[in-house]
Order: sequence, then structure tokens, then C-alpha cells
Amino acid sequence: MLKINNLHASVDDKAILKGINLEVKPGEVHAIMGPNGSGKSTLASVIAGKEEYEVEEGEILLEGEDLDELGAEERAHKGIFLSFQYPVEIPGVSVTNFMKTAINETRKAKGLEDMPANEMLKMIREKSELLEIDRKFLSRSLNEGFSGGEKKRNEIFQMAMLEPKLAILDETDSGLDIDALRIVANGVNKLKSKDNAVIVITHYQRLLDYIVPDFVHVLHNGKIVKSGPAALAHELEAKGYDWIKEEVGA
Amino acid sequence: MELKEKLVSSFMAFENMVDVDSPVHDIRTEAIKHFENEGFPTKRQEAWKYTSLNSILKHDYSVFPKHEDALDFKDVKKYFIHDIDAYKIVFIDGKYSSHLSQTTHDGIDVCLMSAALTKPKYRLVIENYFNKIASKDSLSSLNTAFSAEGAYIHIPKNKLVEKPIQILHFSTGNEAALMLQPRNLVVVGENSHLQIIERHQSLTENPVLTNSVTEIFTNKRAIVDYYKIQNDRETASLIDNTFISQKQESIAKVHTFSFGGKITRNNLNFYQNGERIDSTMKGITIIGNKQHVDHNTLVHHIEPNCESHQDYKGIFGDSATGVFNGKVLVEKEAQKTDAFQANNNILLSDKASINTKPQLEIFADDVKCSHGCTIGQLDESAMFYLRSRGIPEKEARGLLMFAFSNNVLDSVKIPEIKNRITKIIANKLGVNIGFDL
Repeated sequence: MLKINNLHASVDDKAILKGINLEVKPGEVHAIMGPNGSGKSTLASVIAGKEEYEVEEGEILLEGEDLDELGAEERAHKGIFLSFQYPVEIPGVSVTNFMKTAINETRKAKGLEDMPANEMLKMIREKSELLEIDRKFLSRSLNEGFSGGEKKRNEIFQMAMLEPKLAILDETDSGLDIDALRIVANGVNKLKSKDNAVIVITHYQRLLDYIVPDFVHVLHNGKIVKSGPAALAHELEAKGYDWIKEEVGA
Repeated sequence: MELKEKLVSSFMAFENMVDVDSPVHDIRTEAIKHFENEGFPTKRQEAWKYTSLNSILKHDYSVFPKHEDALDFKDVKKYFIHDIDAYKIVFIDGKYSSHLSQTTHDGIDVCLMSAALTKPKYRLVIENYFNKIASKDSLSSLNTAFSAEGAYIHIPKNKLVEKPIQILHFSTGNEAALMLQPRNLVVVGENSHLQIIERHQSLTENPVLTNSVTEIFTNKRAIVDYYKIQNDRETASLIDNTFISQKQESIAKVHTFSFGGKITRNNLNFYQNGERIDSTMKGITIIGNKQHVDHNTLVHHIEPNCESHQDYKGIFGDSATGVFNGKVLVEKEAQKTDAFQANNNILLSDKASINTKPQLEIFADDVKCSHGCTIGQLDESAMFYLRSRGIPEKEARGLLMFAFSNNVLDSVKIPEIKNRITKIIANKLGVNIGFDL
């Protein structure tokens, strides 16, 4: 589904990703771990199409198609979803209106008519129940005054509504208490299928107890320096990242 | 001939034409002298530092249009808020159009200034209210000198006027260039409620200059909502001088929606003559090309325990320029004043500009006064967020700009106005927003 070949990316002429190789197949869950500043969030933003990041070398292929020329909205239309580490507050646009616009713009891009209002409402009801989101919450301005946990739940609610092929969860566990973490993880697990894939970016192993990865990759200094099964996450949790740094001679 | 000379020299002819024996003869004569001494304002004056009228004063305006024109309602229907039941006072090239209007004398007076200035039964109201709060600056004086026509609205006490009043001024373009000076008087009695919608619309590209004066008096506990829809062609300019005198516990709200016009200057003045008064002014300005909109507001807090709220949003594209000059004057006696002022702006282009100047003069020591102004671009991280959800760049921009100006519409009480403004904004921003605000 997703294939990243020798990806180099920079921001303001500062190299951050220095040759990433990664392949994610349908039905798989990949975890990307690593110390602060290793380039995890940059990788997520580059895949999603954030323009401040310059791809210097390499390619990102989604189902064989090079994403390089595509804007963030076009990537979204093709099924990429990024759950933001810091969701942006947008006063004046309600969660519901935002979702309606996002879904109908995505449908428009695919040559489909707007989703009928009753269908939209039904979907909103189902997906908000999945994430245990209060209906009142949906008429509030997007992310404005939301607690950390509400913001993250709202991100996964959006993911549930948009039904992406590839979801990238950027530090979705940060700022979550254990109950919220369980709700979020449960939501993600219910949305998982053999046709879609998830990349979980996290600093800690905690979330991976709930969303169990097929592969764990360790990002360090802009490169994936180690890959392994789910057990690798436990090893990192127990031993920290220093041994990896030593291992790769950093 | 310069416009000033033309106006001054035509004053006598004008007075002969209307009524030399009018009760306002002395007021007019005084006013024309005032204008003659002062002339049009220039950028050398502090209050006009960022707005030059030079480009619109050069036209050879007709000051008394000769033609009598009729318009078909179907041709101008779109300029009305036509999906509500309303009183209408309509003028075509400055002349009253009885055919397009719907006035009343049934318990309230919704009629014409020309009648109020000439008929004896209105004499007392004219003596008590006419030109009592209009400022003596040169443009208001000019309007006073030529005051003959406009809306006259007198609501006695305890009247809940359910139908809003629409005041529309059309200019047909039958004159190569036209200057209009409407004069409105609105007196609202104790406990009465009133809603007014005002719009100026030129129907061709011929230049139009409107110098309007509106005096509004709200008596005890009266509530007035005034909506100004400024979406004229970019060959029309408007100088709107509005003065509101409030008595205790009255509430006056003015919403100004500025999307059109070449040069628009809004002089909006509130005088609080009583306690527990609420004065609110809100504005959305969205302009582009070389348009210019200048909001010049004053709230004069004279007595204790009153509030004022100002919230102006501006979006400026291309080479558009904006001015916000908001003065809040709190007298020594006006303790416990709660005055709030906000002016937030987005510049969409390097050539667009806004000059914003809060001016707080506070002589009382126990007050709550705050102000804030911001000038920025659209938030790039918000843009990425929206786009990452599949909302294309243009729509994302539109959505953010909508969201930015949205809260100004919250206080609009007539849903049809809210819808209309939403549509004008969508149109102005070139986006199709898939939901109602």
C-alpha cells in the first residue's frame, strides 16, 4: 500500500529525514518509535503533504502512485489520514460542519454527489458513539477549548468518518489518560480491516499494549535504524533508546 | 467648477426650490456657512489621515437630479431583503418612489423627511430632534444644508414594531455623475423596539457620491437594531454619518457589512445620556481591488453603569485599504463603565493594508475598558489541517475566512439578513460553503 524509498526531507535547509525506507501492506499496523527529535513527526507530516517540508530525494508511493506532486487535500482524497499531535483550533466552524465539508469535498473529488443529509447524520451518530463522544460536543467549534483527550478523540472520530486507507497516528497517546487511551485504541481497532493500514507514531510503548503492531521501527537521526516485531517495543520501554544509539554508533 | 463651489453656489436655488420658510431654514443657512468655511476634509486632518476623498471629489456631480425615474420591482428585488414582511422607504436618484415603498402612519410614522420638514404636525418633533446630535463637521454640515429628503421614522412609546424598515437608495445612472445627501431621522419611544435595514445601490457604473446623515434617538428602554448593508458597485462611494443618542437602559446595535463601494467612510457615533445603556457596533469588511473602507467610531460614555461593545473584522485582498479608528471617551462621572473594543484583520496580499487605531480617553477611575487589535495572515497550520482532511485550498481559505468573521453574525436577529450576508460573503470569497452558518 505505502512504499517509501530512500526519503530525504528538510525544513528551512535543515535535513531531518536522511534516507527512510518503509513498506506498509494492507492489514498491517506499523509502529514508529524513537527519541525526541528523531524525525517521527516530520515523517508523518511529509507523508500527509505539509508544504514546509522539502523532499530532497527519494519517493513516497501510495498504491504505486508517486505522491510528490500532490497537495495535502489530494493525498486525503486518495485515502491518507493524519491524526495530528496538536490538532489546530478553528473557532467558528463546528465539528459537524467541518466533517460535512471534508466528506463532501472528498466525494466531489471522486466525482460523487454530496452525501444525503440523513445518511450523514446517521454516520455521525454511529461514529460518535464508537468514540463515546457526546452529541453536544459535535456542535462546538472545532477543537476550541477541547481538553487534550477530547482533541485526540475528535481526531479518531474524523478518521472514522473519513475511512482512510492509511491512517497515521502522530503521538495520539500524548495527553491521554488511561480511559481516553482505551477509547481511542478501541476505536482504532474497530476501524482496522484487512484493506487498510495504520502507522502509529509514539514515544512510549503504552499505546501499543492496545493497538498491537505487526512491526516496530526505531527512528533515530532521520533514519530507521532498527525494525522488529512487537516485542521490540517492550525492549525499548525497558531499556530506553540509548542502547540503540550506541548500537548504531551515534 | 470645484464641487465645493458648485454646492455653495447652488444653495440659494436649493432653498428656493424647497421652502425658504421652513423651520429648518436657519439651521440650513448656518450649516452651509460652516461647510463653506471648512470645505471638504483633507488628509491633513487627523480624523482623515488615512482616507483621501480627492479621487471622488473630481467628478462633475449633479446635485439636483432632473429626471424622475421609475424602476420595476422585479429589476431591483434582489437588493431588498425580500423574503420578509417589511416597511420600505425607497428613493430613486434621491427622489421618493411611492411605487416601491410601503410606508405607514398607523400608530407609528414611517414616512418621509420631506413631509416631516414641511407639515405642521411634525413641527414639534423636528424642533426637538432635528440636527440636535449631528456633528458640526464639514460633511455633516453639508448634508444639513441640503437636507430635504430621507426617511422619517417616529415610533411612540410601547410599540413593538415587528416589521423591519428597509431604507433603500437607488441611483439609476441617468445622471453622468450623481451626488446624494439623504437625511434620516429616527425617534424611538420608551419601551419600543425597532429594526432598520439600510442599503445604497447604484445600478450602473456612473459615479455616485452619497453623503448621508442619520440621527437616531432611543428613549428609555428602547431597543434599536440597525443593519447597514454596503455592497455597492466599485464606482459608488459613501460617507455615512450616523449619530445615536441613547437614554437610560436603551439598547442600540449597529451592524455594518462593508463589501462594496470605492470609498466608504462610516462615521458612527454613540452618545450615552443615561445609566445602564448598551451600545454595540459590529462590522464585517471584506474588500479587494482598490476598495477602501474606513470605520470611524465614537462611544461617549457620559453616565455611570453603561456598556459598549465594538467588534470589527476585516479581510483585505489585492490593493484594498482599511482604516479602523475607534474612540472611547469615558467621562469622569461615568464610573463602572464596561467598554470593549476589538478590531481583527486579515491581509490576503502584500499590497493590502489596514491602519487601526484604538483611542481610549478615560477620565473615570473605576471602569473596565479593554481593546485589542490584530493584523495577520491566514494561519498556515490551520490551512494544512483543513487540507489534510480533504478540503481543497480555496475552500479551506474560504472556510477560515468565514470562521474568522462568523461571530459578528451571531448578534444579527433577522435570519434572512444572516443568510443574505452569508451568501454575499461566500460570493465575495468565491467559495461555495456547503452549510449554513
